[in-house]
Amino acid sequence: MITELGHFALILAFAVSIVQAIVPLVGAHMRWPAAMAVAEPAATAQFLLTLASFGALTYAFVVSDFSLVLVTQNSHTLKPMLYKISGVWGNHEGSLLLWVLILTLFGALAAWFGGGLPTTLRARVLAVQSAISVAFFAFLLFTSNPFLRMEVPPYDGQGLNPLLQDPGLAFHPPFLYVGYVGLSICFSFAVAALIEGRVDAAWGRWVRPWTLLSWLNLSVGIGLGSWWAYYELGWGGFWFWDPVENASFMPWLLAAALLHSAIVVEKREALKNWTILLAILAFGFSLIGTFIVRSGVITSVHAFTNDPTRGTFILAILAFFLGGALTLYAARANSMEAKGVFGVVSRESFLVLNNILLAVAALVVFVGTVWPLVAELLFDRKLSVGPPFFNLAFTPFFVLLALLLPIGAILPWKRAQLARASKGLRVAFALAVAMAALVWAMQSGRSAMGPLGLFLGTWLVAGAATDLLLRTGRGGWSSRLGRLGRLPRADWGKAIAHAGLGITIFGIAGLLAWEIEDIRVAQPGAPYEVGRWTVELVGVENARGPNYFAERATLNVRDGEALVATLHPETRNYPVAGMPTVEAGIANGFWRDIYLVVGEQQADGGWVVRTYIKPLANWIWTGAIIMALGGVLSLTDRRYRVAAGAQRAARNAVPAE
Amino acid sequence: MRKLILALAIALFAPMAGAVQPDEVLDDPVLEARARELSKGLRCLVCRNENIDESNAELARDLRLFVRERLVAGDTDAQVLAAVVDSYGEFALLNPRATGANLLLWIAGPAMFLIALGVGGAFVLGRKRAAANAPEGLSDAEEARLKEILGP
Repeated sequence: MITELGHFALILAFAVSIVQAIVPLVGAHMRWPAAMAVAEPAATAQFLLTLASFGALTYAFVVSDFSLVLVTQNSHTLKPMLYKISGVWGNHEGSLLLWVLILTLFGALAAWFGGGLPTTLRARVLAVQSAISVAFFAFLLFTSNPFLRMEVPPYDGQGLNPLLQDPGLAFHPPFLYVGYVGLSICFSFAVAALIEGRVDAAWGRWVRPWTLLSWLNLSVGIGLGSWWAYYELGWGGFWFWDPVENASFMPWLLAAALLHSAIVVEKREALKNWTILLAILAFGFSLIGTFIVRSGVITSVHAFTNDPTRGTFILAILAFFLGGALTLYAARANSMEAKGVFGVVSRESFLVLNNILLAVAALVVFVGTVWPLVAELLFDRKLSVGPPFFNLAFTPFFVLLALLLPIGAILPWKRAQLARASKGLRVAFALAVAMAALVWAMQSGRSAMGPLGLFLGTWLVAGAATDLLLRTGRGGWSSRLGRLGRLPRADWGKAIAHAGLGITIFGIAGLLAWEIEDIRVAQPGAPYEVGRWTVELVGVENARGPNYFAERATLNVRDGEALVATLHPETRNYPVAGMPTVEAGIANGFWRDIYLVVGEQQADGGWVVRTYIKPLANWIWTGAIIMALGGVLSLTDRRYRVAAGAQRAARNAVPAE
Repeated sequence: MRKLILALAIALFAPMAGAVQPDEVLDDPVLEARARELSKGLRCLVCRNENIDESNAELARDLRLFVRERLVAGDTDAQVLAAVVDSYGEFALLNPRATGANLLLWIAGPAMFLIALGVGGAFVLGRKRAAANAPEGLSDAEEARLKEILGP
């Protein structure tokens, strides 16, 4: 019964979305207030109906209702409750329902907090947003209905893939989806502005918080995914340039670019055309990401299913929205005139550089991701594009970006002097050089990656600190420190996000440059040395968890005589899924992780043990979290809070007819 | 979800092999280091998107052993890669060769960067020129509006 209600709510939401996509748009064109006013209650209704539908599906998973095909295929009565719930989005249909739920949530948020927007713009934004909903509701109902029933319900389900039964992965998709889907609002704003034919500073102010919100969620989502890969995959890799990872990374790069160019629109009324284009592309890449994950066209380890109808459907959605928006852009973009003027050395021009580098980096990722497909279709070459390509082709742009970032961040708007800016950054630069030199001397002739990475990391963190200090102006230290605390949250957010990037670079450099690896057959009770640590296999015993059996090893890690950690790596076997998995034993540390994996027992009674020392590993994800925190701080700034910003902007807005 | 495939591969290619095994490791540390480096650029052909150094599949193990045999026989890195391509095709290389159409792939980034720099540079210079040409002070209309606001 509840299932039918959920199904019905979904169909009703589809109907509401069609109304909301058409009526307000016509109303805005004809200046009919009543028609425009339809948008807001419709957006709320759409969200509530989808929420009810999602609730119904979750309920079916919680009570293990095996009369649903989806529940049978993805759940099992013995599964812990957390994974019964996360199983809702651990499959194509359910995750798509979550995607649509977030889409309608953003539509509703735009309706609730959009009170300050000009009436026609608001009606158009909500109509465009709802048009996206129409497409995805249709996709969900016609190709991927989660509410299909079984004719004969089985006694028990087939269980969720054991690899997905993990807290890191349970929460990683929702964050990513908020990020992906949040960009839909920026897209709707861009298209609505093109229809209106007007982009001004207020537009930049409205778009920024939404961009910030999606960007910070993408940061958290990507960070969680990478962390999960690190501890769960058994060799401690953190980034694989897999098509699906790239699918989330491209929107992240473009959202970061959009975030910065929208500042220029808001503060200086320049870069309007480009910002609109970026907003369209950022969401376009979210859709491309969806296509990559769900069509199976590009082989990826993450892909859900290989179903040609679904692929075609998403391609049609992509073609319609991206094609339509770009056509509109081509027709209208020229009518938007840039107002702000600035010199060659100015924050504006550095933000242009930032955008060039981020966009080109995103393009490199895109070309690399689709190249195997292109090469096979056009040139009949079956080939792979893997990490070696991306590391080589992508990294230079990011290094350049990191080099320029602290300079651009402290330059004033309009016209600046490089000499004055560099004076402020002398200390940061000296620190960074000293750090690199120190490390270079200490490691004596190993890869240059370590010193370079530490240089960039220090440069970014010290640069962010300099940025904050320079903002406090002149005067004695005590008064400057006092002013530091009173700086707007947006300034703090900016500095913290930039420093977070530096910390992530620290981590990546440390891990890539100084990792130690040891593979051997270890005999119980026979200690061996790895780096400065001594590892001893104590023994291996059988253990059992709620829905798996395990071989559980015990290893002691010592530094000299002192016991650093006792670790228990496992090999698990999930009988329902019939899959073995490897659980690494990890001693997390500030400076390094000790990462142990135990494999099979050998004929001589020993066990295969892999020992990795991973320097600065945790800094990678800590940096991502710090970046996201910077985003949160910025978002809570009085000036940029969604509602406050919108209301004030409306009062200031002057129609530019 | 990389591990999903890994697990599938294990299910398909049981018994579980596990990435580089102790018995595969070469005695000569220099050769072994080269083998590891080469392995990181070779694709495990049955497991979608993993290199053979990380893969648990039997086929990856065979390929790892093959690479080591060739290295011990005195091949250069390039010769080993050529031998792998001969038997398994270009698909096995994670680092696509910069030949033929692939040049497009390699050039795309730098070319796009140069074009973007050109367009961006022209835009910035245009803004600077606009700055130079911008009329000093207020226009007549602005002057009138200012008077109106300030009142008599």
